[in-house]
Amino acid sequence: MPAVQETVEQVRAIDVDQYKYGFVTDIEVDKAPKGLNEDIVRFISAKKGDPEWMTEWRLEAYRRWLTMREPTWARVSYPPIDFQDQYYYAAPKKQAGPKSLDEIDPAILETYKKLGIPLREQEILAGVQTSRVAVDAVFDSVSVVTTFKEELKKAGVIFCSISEAIREHPELVRKYLGSVVPVTDNFYATLNSAVFTDGSFVYVPEGVRCPMELSTYFRINEKNTGQFERTLIIADKGSYVSYLEGCTAPQRDENQLHAAVVELIALDDAEIKYSTVQNWYPGDAEGRGGVYNFVTKRGDCRGRNSKISWTQVETGSAITWKYPSCILRGDNSRGEFYSIAVSNGYQQVDSGTKMIHLGRNTTSRIISKGISAGRSQNTYRGLVSAHRKAANARNFTNCDSLLIGDQCGAHTVPYIEAKTASAVFEHEATTSKISEDQLFYCMQRGLSAEEATALIVNGFVKDVLQQLPMEFAVEAQKLISISLEGSVG
Amino acid sequence: MLEIRNLHVQIEDKKILNGLTLTVNDGEVAAIMGPNGSGKSTLSYVIAGKEDYEVLDGEVLLDGRNLLEMDPNERAAAGVFLAFQYPLEIPGVATMSFLKAALNSQRKARGEDELSTPELMKRVRGAAERLQIPQDMLKRALNVGFSGGEKKRMEILQMALLEPKFCILDETDSGLDIDALKIVSDGVNALRGDKRSFLVITHYQRLLNYIVPDTVHVMANGRVVKSGGKELALELEANGYADYRTQAA
Ligand SMILES: Nc1ncnc2c1ncn2[C@@H]1O[C@H](COP(=O)(O)OP(=O)(O)OP(=O)(O)O)[C@@H](O)[C@H]1O
Ligand SMILES: [Mg+2]
Repeated sequence: MPAVQETVEQVRAIDVDQYKYGFVTDIEVDKAPKGLNEDIVRFISAKKGDPEWMTEWRLEAYRRWLTMREPTWARVSYPPIDFQDQYYYAAPKKQAGPKSLDEIDPAILETYKKLGIPLREQEILAGVQTSRVAVDAVFDSVSVVTTFKEELKKAGVIFCSISEAIREHPELVRKYLGSVVPVTDNFYATLNSAVFTDGSFVYVPEGVRCPMELSTYFRINEKNTGQFERTLIIADKGSYVSYLEGCTAPQRDENQLHAAVVELIALDDAEIKYSTVQNWYPGDAEGRGGVYNFVTKRGDCRGRNSKISWTQVETGSAITWKYPSCILRGDNSRGEFYSIAVSNGYQQVDSGTKMIHLGRNTTSRIISKGISAGRSQNTYRGLVSAHRKAANARNFTNCDSLLIGDQCGAHTVPYIEAKTASAVFEHEATTSKISEDQLFYCMQRGLSAEEATALIVNGFVKDVLQQLPMEFAVEAQKLISISLEGSVG
Repeated sequence: MLEIRNLHVQIEDKKILNGLTLTVNDGEVAAIMGPNGSGKSTLSYVIAGKEDYEVLDGEVLLDGRNLLEMDPNERAAAGVFLAFQYPLEIPGVATMSFLKAALNSQRKARGEDELSTPELMKRVRGAAERLQIPQDMLKRALNVGFSGGEKKRMEILQMALLEPKFCILDETDSGLDIDALKIVSDGVNALRGDKRSFLVITHYQRLLNYIVPDTVHVMANGRVVKSGGKELALELEANGYADYRTQAA
């Protein structure tokens, strides 16, 4: 059997057993009744302790959503989703907003421990990790804990759950929520606006460089429960923040819906670096189960010289529908998108970015690396546009696809629109297969077929891995090997 | 000791090796010469375990172990090394990382401890220096953008680091300038020893002035048609392969 063939067989053999985050945590939960109507929206709003304006905001979104249709343009296919057959709210029963770790159900703490996410600050401080990361942990519909809050507060940084921000910092939330992704933006974003349950909120004040990495870990635990998280990050003038989100879910035969909205706002001279390591349950070997990841992420470079950088490593989900984008509004602003999307089994990925150049001298850079194995389909869809006034807009796009085996597909769909003659957009794209000769060469030097594949794949994605914060680059590298090989890593 | 007996090999229904028999003793340097297309590279691939080659008959034993039953990486761990005629590029993988992965995989397969990064770097740097390979090349992706001669030198560096038992050099001299030929030959000679043997495939007698072989074998139409001492290479240089072509046909 040729080496490539062998790799293909190995990849094919991988099933749910490889997904090591597939366990379920057994805890008592507080759930909303199944289905969606105005009462459910009110129920969620009440549970979150929303002020009146927020409840109204949600209801308006809900009414709008009723008039909308699911988008069908993406290159993904799935049976129709019955939105009445979902739970829209599930919270661990014990607490209605924990005050300290001691109030959290030990089963949940155990869950995060299993996931390798330290929630006790002293554990982090005592641990081998040299760099400290502040964590917000979201379990189904609620944020269970945020670490290092005090220390961040000293620097003036607000890092808390979005529910808390709505209560404690309404002026900031009202000013910015929905200002990048309007309530009416798209079917899933509108649904999210009606029923979002939790997520993270970050505000970095003028001139402050956030003293540590911020990160949120999302965990879907409950059956038939959608996760609708909402993240809002504001970097005020001259500030800097680096933020990372990680996601996992138990393995279940039913599909789980995840429809998040993330909004980033960078004011003058501010920089936001947003990294994602997405490892939702991808479904089993036959394509049963897995998370539907329908996400709207958008950043607004609102100020001059501002910068927003998206880095994503996508290995999970049955279906990924996601286009982290930048609106380059401020003059001289810059947007970046670095992506690694790995698909295996029956996974379907339709992902990419939009760089919308509005201001003058705006620049953007897109580096996308798609790796398809098994029977998966992996599409890069990207839009680069320059407005009439976006003089000297510059974009560089590099889009590479790597195929493992011959039953998967890679597709590149670039859209380019320049309404100013001074715009310069460059686009490069390649599609390659791991060659049998390369594999043989590596194996001749002593690497097993699996190790050789992992090595070649890691070489392929190196440009993007380098963009991730150090401690996550290693994690991501392992994750990529695991999703492709199972036993490597 | 490498023993090849009555080896018959085909690829895509094309017969390439036709009953090849060859023995290379421990410590021996055997040179193989022969016309283009006579099956020299095929032989090296079959020894190293490349897929696609169908072995119809015969055996290949390294110290009595049947290589034909082993995966390429197992053969590597057992001590087989092939310096490729056309080394492959591995984009995005720094040469140093590649060497580390390769050496440690082999060590692991042999049940040895992994080598620490500082120790590895020391060894690699030492070997690079002897082969006059600039240190910053070790940071570049393996073979990507390397010149033909640099790739060949890098093959010898890998050989020096992996300390194989049986080394095959497939036209390592082609593409080397005169100085590089000398450097590479010195590198190979430094590795010669009682326990290590070499199969040196070349078209040119010149290489054999630097790496002096113990035996020379002429290959034609997929088998060894004549064997002799180092003087056989000189004879071939003077007369060409005309005699052997007719003889083998
Ligand atoms: N994949 C293949 N399919 C068909 N024929 C092949 C294949 N690979 C090699 N051959 C043929 O096998 C024969 C031997 O090739 P090989 O590369 O072993 O020759 P060689 O002796 O190394 O030649 P050179 O001196 O030119 O390097 C050639 O005729 C070649 O065309
Ligand atoms: Mg050859």
